[in-house]
Amino acid sequence: MGKTLAEKILSEKSGGDAQAGDIVIARVDLAFVQDTTGPLTVRQFQSSGMSLSNPEKTLLFIDHAAPSPNASLSNDHILLRDFSRQNGCVLSEVGDGVCHQIVAEAYARPGDVVVGADSHTVTAGGLGAFATGMGSSDVAVAFGLGKTWFRVPETFKIEVTGEFQKGVSAKDLILHLIGKIGADGATYKALEFHGSTIQKMSMAGRFTVANMAVEAGAKVGLFPSDEMTRHYLVSQGRGDDYQLLAADADAVYEKTIEINTAELEPTISRPHTVDNTALAKDLKGTKIQQVVIGTCTNGRLEDLAVAVGILRGKKTAAGVRLIIAPASRRVLLDAIDMGYIKDFVEAGAIILPPGCGPCLGLHQGALGDGEACMSTANRNFKGRMGNPKGFIYLGSPATAAATALTGEITDPREVM
Amino acid sequence: MLKGRAHKFGDGISTDHIIPGRYAHLRSNLPELAKHVLEDADADFAAKVKPGDFVVGGNNFGLGSSREHAPLVIKMAGVSAILAKSVARIFFRNAINLGLPVLICDTDKINDGDELEVDLAAGTVKDITSGSQLTFGKIPEVMLHILDEGGLIPYIQKHGDFKL
Repeated sequence: MGKTLAEKILSEKSGGDAQAGDIVIARVDLAFVQDTTGPLTVRQFQSSGMSLSNPEKTLLFIDHAAPSPNASLSNDHILLRDFSRQNGCVLSEVGDGVCHQIVAEAYARPGDVVVGADSHTVTAGGLGAFATGMGSSDVAVAFGLGKTWFRVPETFKIEVTGEFQKGVSAKDLILHLIGKIGADGATYKALEFHGSTIQKMSMAGRFTVANMAVEAGAKVGLFPSDEMTRHYLVSQGRGDDYQLLAADADAVYEKTIEINTAELEPTISRPHTVDNTALAKDLKGTKIQQVVIGTCTNGRLEDLAVAVGILRGKKTAAGVRLIIAPASRRVLLDAIDMGYIKDFVEAGAIILPPGCGPCLGLHQGALGDGEACMSTANRNFKGRMGNPKGFIYLGSPATAAATALTGEITDPREVM
Repeated sequence: MLKGRAHKFGDGISTDHIIPGRYAHLRSNLPELAKHVLEDADADFAAKVKPGDFVVGGNNFGLGSSREHAPLVIKMAGVSAILAKSVARIFFRNAINLGLPVLICDTDKINDGDELEVDLAAGTVKDITSGSQLTFGKIPEVMLHILDEGGLIPYIQKHGDFKL
């Protein structure tokens, strides 16, 4: 019987015949934490008495509160720096960027098993890695044993065809999918993306889609590797990390979901759940006080290019704070080279250092009571952006940029 | 046998409801962090909850972040088990890894404040207030072993490796 991508990778890494429903112990190629989950991982790890199994593939990221807004988080950062020094593992410092972007740029390979103490670890599924979020204890054990246990997931095949309309992108696709199947529509499952649209989709688009697989409850969001993947790895100076990876033609899927992107329109998740979707055009008139473009979902150069294309030479609306947070130092440098940063600043934007920015509400853009934010991030839960009395709408970089110009939710096709 | 009162919540209780990111600076000061448990779902929960009580959710309990602090602060509140119709996968693993049972059952039949009796071995929930009895789904064996040792770290300390 043929295998899905998840079954193939977990068979390889467990040294057996992994089929959906099996419990396997799989080798872990890469394990990481960030600064809000890492301190607990370090303490759990130290209490366990283990030593690191693979320090070069053990990564600690300081990205969620970077630079730190207060002494206690600064002390958590010291804990991570000390652990890195004492154990010879990799530390990614303040200003380097969001863990998921750096894992994609510099570490994850097609066919890898990646575990991270952050739910958006699924991002690396965009290049064919079985990448999944886990808690601090699980990652602590992966640090020490270099392996973990998995229940091999059943897979939903997501078949995507059709050309995106102008102003519609990968973000609209994944928001549409989550709206369609629900925030628990794929709990414990793997999503596997196929079809002519996926074959043509850029790596930035693939990372955006994979990043949000967890918002439908999925364990992983997997893309087959192809020439696009190889070109990306070559562009990051690691062409040797490429391997061709595809599901078997006779793989067994729990279900197939078909989406024609030609029918999609700019899509929004309304407060306070990601599956509470609507079309941007139907929310016209909704006032917005803050716009965020960035994060592990949409903070890549391609995203900034779309936004700058809408904002260049124009001004943000009065009463709107436009916050730009590039996903990594590499992205920021490229955006500087391309002149995007100047364009953003002239349009009225605030540029944050590479990192998670305001997404999870602990610094750099908490919402006031009753304020609404249009964000390119992946979550709009109540209380997410520092205030349970705030309202978060999620959309694409194009929708966010258009909204920054008008001060109300705007279908980007109106300003393109 | 676990005994306590039900604290009923609705569908989609996220890790941000349980312990929001704005308290991330307290994650290395757990007693302070725990004072904010479930604050954005029920501001009075921390004051009301008694040791042994149950958190009872609806669908997709614990969706969102991988923060293990979410089940950790619920455990620190003295909660003996979480009951829900369904639970998000990372949260489920995290709770078991901390030795906190998560039981999948039809929680529509449980009302806020009901007195419950849970028999982990028999797989039953007795609602003493309403007189009804529920059964809960089987926890995968690997997780039962972890739960038996009081969590993942104690399990690894004892066994040194995963024993499937």
